[in-house]
Amino acid sequence: MSRQSLTKAHAKISELTWEPTFATPATRFGTDYTFEKAPKKDPLKQIMRSYFPMEEEKDNRVFGAMDGAVRGNMFRQVQQRWLEWQKLFLSIIPFPEISAARAMPMAIDAVPNPEIHNGLAVQMIDEVRHSTIQMNLKKLYMNQYIDPAGFDMTEKAFANNYAGTIGRQFGEGFITGDAITAANIYLTVVAETAFTNTLFVAMPDEAAANGDYLLPTVFHSVQSDESRHISNGYSILLMALADERNRPLLERDLRYAWWNNHCVVDAAIGTFIEYGTKDRRKDRESYAEMWRRWIYDDYYRSYLLPLEKYGLTIPHDLVEEAWNRITNKGYVHEVARFFATGWPVNYWRIDTMTDTDFAWFEEKYPGWYSKYGKWWENYNRLAYPGRNKPIAFEDVGYQYPHRCWTCMVPALIREDMVVEKVDDQWRTYCSETCYWTDAVAFRPEYEGRETPNMGRLTGFREWETLHHNKDLADIVKDLGYVRDDGKTLIGQPHLDLDPQKMWTLDDIRGNTFMSPNVLLNEMSDAEREAHVAEYRANGTKVA
Amino acid sequence: MVDITDQKTRSFPTIEFTDSEAGALEFPSSKSRTYNYYKPAKLRATMYEDVTVDVQPDPDRHLTQGWIYGFGNGPGGYPKEWTKAQSSNWHAFLDPNEEWEQTIYRNNSAVVRQVSLCLENAKRARAYEGWNHAWVTFIQRNLGAWMHAENGIALHVFTSIQRSAPTNMINNAVAVAAAHKMRFAQDLALYNLDLSEAGIDFDGGAHRDVWQNAPEWQPTRRAVEELTAVGDWAELTFATNIVFEQLVGQLFRSELVMQISARNGDYITPTLVGTGENDYARDLAASRTLFQLLVRDEEHGAANKELFGRWLSTWVPKCLAAAQALQPIWSQPAEKTITFATSLDAAKDKFRTLLEEIGLDIPKELDQ
Repeated sequence: MSRQSLTKAHAKISELTWEPTFATPATRFGTDYTFEKAPKKDPLKQIMRSYFPMEEEKDNRVFGAMDGAVRGNMFRQVQQRWLEWQKLFLSIIPFPEISAARAMPMAIDAVPNPEIHNGLAVQMIDEVRHSTIQMNLKKLYMNQYIDPAGFDMTEKAFANNYAGTIGRQFGEGFITGDAITAANIYLTVVAETAFTNTLFVAMPDEAAANGDYLLPTVFHSVQSDESRHISNGYSILLMALADERNRPLLERDLRYAWWNNHCVVDAAIGTFIEYGTKDRRKDRESYAEMWRRWIYDDYYRSYLLPLEKYGLTIPHDLVEEAWNRITNKGYVHEVARFFATGWPVNYWRIDTMTDTDFAWFEEKYPGWYSKYGKWWENYNRLAYPGRNKPIAFEDVGYQYPHRCWTCMVPALIREDMVVEKVDDQWRTYCSETCYWTDAVAFRPEYEGRETPNMGRLTGFREWETLHHNKDLADIVKDLGYVRDDGKTLIGQPHLDLDPQKMWTLDDIRGNTFMSPNVLLNEMSDAEREAHVAEYRANGTKVA
Repeated sequence: MVDITDQKTRSFPTIEFTDSEAGALEFPSSKSRTYNYYKPAKLRATMYEDVTVDVQPDPDRHLTQGWIYGFGNGPGGYPKEWTKAQSSNWHAFLDPNEEWEQTIYRNNSAVVRQVSLCLENAKRARAYEGWNHAWVTFIQRNLGAWMHAENGIALHVFTSIQRSAPTNMINNAVAVAAAHKMRFAQDLALYNLDLSEAGIDFDGGAHRDVWQNAPEWQPTRRAVEELTAVGDWAELTFATNIVFEQLVGQLFRSELVMQISARNGDYITPTLVGTGENDYARDLAASRTLFQLLVRDEEHGAANKELFGRWLSTWVPKCLAAAQALQPIWSQPAEKTITFATSLDAAKDKFRTLLEEIGLDIPKELDQ
């Protein structure tokens, strides 16, 4: 279709809307933002007549590649270290995708601009595509990869796992609370515009380096839809900026959304890329280098900074602190170590690390070995059952961490942990910003104005609380993370599939699991202060 | 000769043969190659089930920590209280069309090709030049007005509903219905554009005034606008797909346009409108299955039946009023091959059959 015809066609399609006079659409999802002064921005000249064949063509390429991968025995060359982490990633990501579809009517309700509704509805269909195409990719992995355990219980595991809950914020944040906070700022302006770069571009590149070219095939196809979604988000953002009353809310939501995305996405994707790869070429970009390129330069400098010309205060301090956490505070390494500590309650296996890995980490993150090397050597030493407990229950100089009440990644940068009594409960936070999110941002009043539509933090937020004071073997059994012989665990701290070297329920029985938050709330003030001081100091101790 | 002395050394990852194929070793779970967290409807799970079931978590199934975000005025996630309808197992609903991404794009692309080819052929054959004035006016006014209804239902009914239902299976089926409606509305609008440029006496902008002001279309517009104002997602689905589409949508598309176009020298319009009919047949199959399940629910079936009876008594009069108001347009074409009464009777008969299939009593208003 020529540009002229496209413009005419789009103008004609825009005639389909009308001003209702008998009744107006129900507002199911409220917002504290106002759009009375908003200019009408129309971001997306998308016509279904061209949309469907375009997507069908993209699908044909994806499914052709999937066919080719099976015929070409791709799994002869796939690194198990890599694919094991996909059991976690692919259990999480279809939910955020489908949640993005569900978020679209929230944005439609909130934004009184029929011109943009069309684009948002098209995005809804895109997201159904993404969710189901990713579920199908996972199914192929389950069918073709040597170890299907973990893939086979994927959505159940996602729903009852500590790491699944961290990832679930990435979907629930899109569909709950203030419609603009959720469906525009958190989903589109930050998650899609910034973090899909690392999710859907950087990570698939790493997959290819590990012999898996299906992840890039599927996720690059997904990413090619994202530019339209980014356009939707930017249009709504500009409309919101037209009203001065929205500015404090925009600034609040940018801080929350940026920080939560950093906490959640960098934790997961950073770990997958750095600890899931076997590609240890010195000139291979580290996650920090990728982040600098994709997030700092492409998003922060090119997208966020120009918003200052509209008078918006950008959270420079939080961007810099995210960078600081990744490069100087070992955020990704701490998360990887935490995941590996918790291996019995994982539904994926985590490989041991080799000297080649150690050398690469030291090259990319100077000082890595002195902080993490010993722990990983212990991990290697304690990898097999029989002579020792799981590493979490052995003395290797590692204290099981407190969970951040807000982002649910533990407070791993221990010197930064915030402890406050909020809503009559002692809660721990990984950072001041996560504390602020719970205590200040997600409240019915913000800076003296009522914000009744803002969401609330709910649910059993500390996963460990559900399993407090239970035997580890019973927890694993209750979660269902047991293989089809009824005793061998799905999660293993190594990749050896020799049944003699795989941990069973009997090997882990006798270890009682305690919730740090329950224990914290049982302490006296003096005990708690001493405990917190020790916890914070532990962050600087060499293991 | 090409100088190859100064080439930069390329860095690339090395391939390693890992023998990580299925079946390479036997160990616990090495043959566990089906999703095992749900029970498929039949012995073997379908692709649709595998990519759809449990993707939207549910505290009643595997979700242990509950929803971790709430709304300012209530719980988050997908509260069952967002409809008055009740189910002892919402997860029992499976889309009979088994829609997932491949079916969505394959089916809709096939329609796009059918419509495009039809319109290209029409232009080539100068098909519109043979239309009489009355038919041109009929299409200009009435098909033009109807496309608004399709678009309104796409954006403010089905797109809206798919945030609210308690399972992924219901929400995805409704999302697909939204895509159908949006595509069909746009196809009608672009058809209107083609006709505007066809060199015939066709006013491409007339549809707006007809939809907004023509007396015969106002009860239809009222019904559509009132539908969009419904907050209960199941009522909205019921009122739209079970009542409005039967008594107004099918009446106009199937019992009028599809019946009279050919006799008025128009072989193009039925091709387009037929795609909308086909979409509706698919979407209705999903709605029929859903409401059948709710009526047959052992625990809540009786209450649901009573609830749906109330919904019928709300929406049947509104939709019948819309249908009755459309009567004058049956007289507008030069070739009047069917009467309004015949068309309405046919629509009512289909509606009765549908209600019987669902297991609902026939509302008395239908016999008036």
